[in-house]
Amino acid sequence: MLRYVLKRMAAAIPTLFLIVTISFFLMRVAPGGPFNLERPLEAKVMENLNRIYHLDEPLWRQYLLYLSNLLHGDLGPSFVYRDFSVGDLFAAGLPVSIQLGASAMTLALFLGTILGSIAALKQNSAIDYLVVGVATFGITIPPFVVAPVLSLIFGVSLGWLPAGGWGNGAFANKILPVITLALPQIAIVARLIRGAMIEALRSDHVRTARAYGLPTRIVVMVHALRAAILPVVSYLGPAAAALLTGSIVVETIFGIPGIGRYFVQAALSRDYTLVMGTVVVVSIFVVVFNTIVDLLYAWLDPRVRYD
Amino acid sequence: MERAARNETPTGDGDIDPAGTVLSVRDLKVSFALADGTVEAVRGVDFSVASGETVAIVGESGSGKSQTVMALMGLLASNGRASGEALYRGEDLLRLSPRKLNRIRGDKITMIFQEPMSSLDPLYRIGRQIAEPMIFHRGVSARAARARVLELLKLVQIPDAERRIDAYPHELSGGQRQRVMIAMALANDPDILIADEPTTALDVTIQAEMLRLLKELQERLGMAVVFITHDLGIVRRFADRVYVMQAGKVVEEGRVDAIFAAPKDAYTKMLLAAEPEGTKPPVPASAPVVLEGRGVSVSFHIGGGLFSGDPFELKAVDRITLRVRQGQTVGIVGESGSGKSTLGRALLRLIPSRGEIAFEGRDIAGLDLRRERPLRRQMQIVFQDPYGSLSPRLTVGQIVTEGLLVHEPQLGRRERERRAAEALREVQLDPAMQSRYPHEFSGGQRQRIAIARAMILKPRLVVLDEPTSALDRSVQKEIIELLRKLQRDNDLTYLFISHDLAVVRALSDWVMVMKDGKVVEEGPTEEVFAEPAQEYTRRLMAAAFLTQREGEAPAG
Repeated sequence: MLRYVLKRMAAAIPTLFLIVTISFFLMRVAPGGPFNLERPLEAKVMENLNRIYHLDEPLWRQYLLYLSNLLHGDLGPSFVYRDFSVGDLFAAGLPVSIQLGASAMTLALFLGTILGSIAALKQNSAIDYLVVGVATFGITIPPFVVAPVLSLIFGVSLGWLPAGGWGNGAFANKILPVITLALPQIAIVARLIRGAMIEALRSDHVRTARAYGLPTRIVVMVHALRAAILPVVSYLGPAAAALLTGSIVVETIFGIPGIGRYFVQAALSRDYTLVMGTVVVVSIFVVVFNTIVDLLYAWLDPRVRYD
Repeated sequence: MERAARNETPTGDGDIDPAGTVLSVRDLKVSFALADGTVEAVRGVDFSVASGETVAIVGESGSGKSQTVMALMGLLASNGRASGEALYRGEDLLRLSPRKLNRIRGDKITMIFQEPMSSLDPLYRIGRQIAEPMIFHRGVSARAARARVLELLKLVQIPDAERRIDAYPHELSGGQRQRVMIAMALANDPDILIADEPTTALDVTIQAEMLRLLKELQERLGMAVVFITHDLGIVRRFADRVYVMQAGKVVEEGRVDAIFAAPKDAYTKMLLAAEPEGTKPPVPASAPVVLEGRGVSVSFHIGGGLFSGDPFELKAVDRITLRVRQGQTVGIVGESGSGKSTLGRALLRLIPSRGEIAFEGRDIAGLDLRRERPLRRQMQIVFQDPYGSLSPRLTVGQIVTEGLLVHEPQLGRRERERRAAEALREVQLDPAMQSRYPHEFSGGQRQRIAIARAMILKPRLVVLDEPTSALDRSVQKEIIELLRKLQRDNDLTYLFISHDLAVVRALSDWVMVMKDGKVVEEGPTEEVFAEPAQEYTRRLMAAAFLTQREGEAPAG
């Protein structure tokens, strides 16, 4: 098991290397640079800045320099947030984003599983249609609509919850962003669970469990639900990516100091190191998450276990 | 265990001790509500089971035999409804609350199913699954349950039970899984064990072992067995009394020896006579060779990935040489995994193989796709599963004429339809059925459609890959007659792949017996069946109850 994890991590290194390389050069192909502001800087100042940040050196040297720094865990200084290194920015923003994402994911799994299971158990009833209808709604309405609407209703009109801001992670501040982020995921998880559960309830081994007089609660919870969760586990990888993208919108609209907002800002202002840093962090996150998903899947389904 | 005395007379011939009746079913009806009305699957069935006896319910698919027991166990699909009365020791199973029914099923009445591959939960160890009913019904502690499970696994003769108890279902073979199901069924020492076609999905030799085991266990433990099957060979060997079902009704009942000696009902007579008959005379040695294979091998590479074990080569077909002459039917028999289907596909060049393959003297092994295409017309195949091999989205006419679109693209629509009608008439289907879809047809009719699809191209050679295995015996017989007629009329050559020795014997004039990718024995059909040289062939035959054909009583 440990060997498997190490192998997976080792296998991820070439992937990460490729991602870093491609994004490094892609970023440089885009016209402009971090110091090309609306009002051009003096030539002397520009030269100095370029020298300090090694931008005057040939591209391949900059690339090697970046790689070697990266190997030492140094993501470099931010070009735009002059007083911070990329590492500092992430140290502050990452915990916030992770909290947000993890809460949304937990909520989505919990509610999605319950709703999906109920819909499957009461197939073709009013409840079933309601869940499926709401789920379709949740998938179709984009977060940049949901976020302002929620903020307006609960924040501005009713005044029950803060309309935005992080408030140092106060519970009330988290509710709206987490719901916005979780909504489409709840819908997707509910639909996946419903479909898989209906199939599982019709399967031969569930018939066996019923034939042996096991209580309905055991038949559903032990024999049907575990099979129904498998497709959701497979979906966790893409879900994590979706949460990351979703966090860009949500963090921007609610004004939350996570790393989501750096995605756009850094790219627009050609903050090379910050863009690279974001790419590296996100890639590592996706790789780690997919490994966890695979381990979880193997734990749940002995048929895909490795030696 | 105390057997409650009930004063009901079994509906059998009356020579079973009436005091021992454990299950008595009266006027059982099962119907299913469908979008376009209700379907009556069971229309008033009476039967009874005395303690310790073996009752067989026999019938073909659609006779309602399975639904009868599903109704007793409360396992009908959600649109199914059962009425009538099913008394188990005075309690009517059909009217019990789910909670009360759960106290009986899995404890007093247990069941094993046809599909050993899917009847166990793939996500849990078998030890846990066998223990579950004990824990819930008897309140046994987990530790005591484990000890009992071990005992049960030994009882059903699972080798190395101490280790297997922690195995997952996918780590066991089909036969072993069925043994696990039997262990689970025996766990609570039931009064009645219902076995719904428990051996149908297994290889013949394993089938025989399984029946022996069941018989032995029954004698030791004294439970009653209700055996649902379509196989009269099993009934004869295994059961005390039999109920013959047709179209939801019991048409005949009585002691097994009485029914086999003097069947009264026409349907029973038909079932008994449904064993395929006839033989095929050999073709003259001067007949031209249609297909010749020399050293044909197919191997699959398994493993060798990043996380799977060391790679190895599985030889599915291992250097096989064969020669098929014009008008001949070569039967290829063997159990699942013997490589017989793979061989058939390799000879048709549907999968890559090594070795030489010549069709009418021309080497075809090295042909590319384009040059191979004209040959496809000469070499057709009919598959085992008439449900899976016809596209559900095409009409019968489209399915049958698809090959013409490729091989005779110049034909107009009208001409294609004419040919389709002709092909359908040849397989004795109504040509007016062209515009209908496969799901409107029965298994036997679908297999006729599949045959028509092959015949419309006027092939020289047809590979028949278990074409009758998914069909009831009586339908099988009709398909065999049809295949015979088509062979006579069109001077066809057949390669007949089957695990069913009775059918192979009736249809082929040359037999090859395959095991582990190799041919272990071959020769003219009559000789091989009269005097099998190999132990393996003999075992296959004994297991297939072939002795029956001579009218001898089979041992057992």
